[in-house]
Amino acid sequence: MLEISNLEVVYNEVALVLRGLSIEVPDGSVVALLGSNGAGKTTTARATTGLLDNHEGKSTKGTIMWNGQDITHMKPSSIVRAGISQVMEGRRCFGELTVDENLATGAFTNKDGAKRNYDRVMELFPRLLERRKQLAGYMSGGEQQMLAIGRAMMAEPKLMILDEPSLGLAPLLVQQVRDVISLINSEGTSILLIEQNAMMALSIADFGYIMENGKIVMDGEGQKLLADDDVKEFYLGLHGDESGERKSFRDVKHYKRRKKWAS
Amino acid sequence: MIDVLLLAQESTGFFPTFLQTLIKGLALGSIYAVMGIGFVIVFKGTQVLNFAAGGIAMAGALFMSILVNDAGLPFLPFSNPLAPEIGTTPSIPRWLINLVLALIIAAILGMVLERIAIRPMIGQPLFSMAVITLGIETALGPFNRDATSLTARSLQIPWGLEQWEFLGAGIPKSYVGAMVAAVLCFLSINLFFRSRFGVAMRAVAFDQEAAQAQGINVGRVFSIAWGLGAALVAVGAIFYGMGPFPPQGTVSQEIHPVLAFRVLPVIILGGLDSIPGALYGGLLIASAEVFAGQYLAQWTSVLGAGYSTIVPYIVMLIVLLVRPYGLFGSEEIRRV
Repeated sequence: MLEISNLEVVYNEVALVLRGLSIEVPDGSVVALLGSNGAGKTTTARATTGLLDNHEGKSTKGTIMWNGQDITHMKPSSIVRAGISQVMEGRRCFGELTVDENLATGAFTNKDGAKRNYDRVMELFPRLLERRKQLAGYMSGGEQQMLAIGRAMMAEPKLMILDEPSLGLAPLLVQQVRDVISLINSEGTSILLIEQNAMMALSIADFGYIMENGKIVMDGEGQKLLADDDVKEFYLGLHGDESGERKSFRDVKHYKRRKKWAS
Repeated sequence: MIDVLLLAQESTGFFPTFLQTLIKGLALGSIYAVMGIGFVIVFKGTQVLNFAAGGIAMAGALFMSILVNDAGLPFLPFSNPLAPEIGTTPSIPRWLINLVLALIIAAILGMVLERIAIRPMIGQPLFSMAVITLGIETALGPFNRDATSLTARSLQIPWGLEQWEFLGAGIPKSYVGAMVAAVLCFLSINLFFRSRFGVAMRAVAFDQEAAQAQGINVGRVFSIAWGLGAALVAVGAIFYGMGPFPPQGTVSQEIHPVLAFRVLPVIILGGLDSIPGALYGGLLIASAEVFAGQYLAQWTSVLGAGYSTIVPYIVMLIVLLVRPYGLFGSEEIRRV
């Protein structure tokens, strides 16, 4: 189980991005972390996987506990070894490496299981099998997202953090990514799903958190959040009073409705 | 001082001269290529242009001369059990074992330098890192000049200046040795890049943060890159010290420290991040240099003595005008 409590992260020693964030990801569950741009979602992912150093960031307060172990200041390689892998925002495939070599980098910490995990990835994404000798940089966005997820699976993580996996994908591919995530979860990997696409994320999440300005403003079970009026209005773009039907822009008086958590 | 290399050879007819010049060009090209790969691997792994290569190469050649000359090692209380008998030339296998030892020591030197001087600079601007390598180069100077000055500097080449006769041309065994060494280095580096750490190194070169997210230990990759780079430039320096090249079987205080800088046109021509580029660049530049030295010799009074040493730079200039990123380099290569 991943437990982040009261985490504060500062960039460049001045920009306070996370202000006391607390979330939990129980074993075997899918947890969604939602929020608009600049809320601190990616920072949360970086802090959890030890990548803050690359961005002059530092966690100044709070702890990140993974199965009882404090990983707040651990090296990225140790965190991956401990069982947490991240699928980074924007896919970040190694464009000059072939598909096979990309997957091999994912198995860097887990070479014993490389063969088994490789077969599992190829079974899940037959598309990658067709292109295994091709350079990753020449693949389409959807294929690269599959590759990025497959690469993370090579480490056989117990927790997979996915940062905006639906970014820049067509709706049909978003659905496919969602199905893949459910499938990986059903095989026993917990998922922390960071998304702007709230509808997609909440439809598979057991539990959801909504972030604003570096802290959690609302949480609840996935279905409960989906039904919430404020979430509907601010994250799903629905304005219906009861049925979720669309309003004309003329009628939208944004200032009239106040988020109930903004006191 | 470098002119000795480029003096026109005794000619016995057109074809033998041509063949001899060609072989010499290929041999010198092999040495440039091996040293060039040493630069490239450091650049690929760490994005740093290694200006310390000259000092490291010189140190590697010195290690070799110490190992094959003297039973006692400097600074250390014990002696090298594999050293040849004093006053004798080693047999080829024993010489090769000492060569491997010298390369291992050079690799350790490279790794230590990386650990103390480069690692703390990770994340700093690349320009500062390049300047740090210049500092390492300067710091290695006194070590190379003084600390080891009591040891004889012969490389004890088992085959000395012997050569084979082939179609009327004399082919020094050292030249063939340099070519064999280059082929072996090239093949093993290619194999390395397919191995676990090699793939990791290419991943780090492409996207360091994403590589870290896969659990790749970037520090260890840096260390391996510097170790390999140091060993490769040492191979180049040792084989350059052999036989008919100017140092005449020794490690030279004048020639060796600047040898690595003569390789700069090679890697800039080939592309800073391309292994085949270093190979072709080395062969091309060295051939241009050697052929110019052979066939333009009659105009020495016009061109000036030592004109052939600037041929590599002229070739580089022309190529860069047409292809600023080198013949094989990636187009979006970063500034150094």
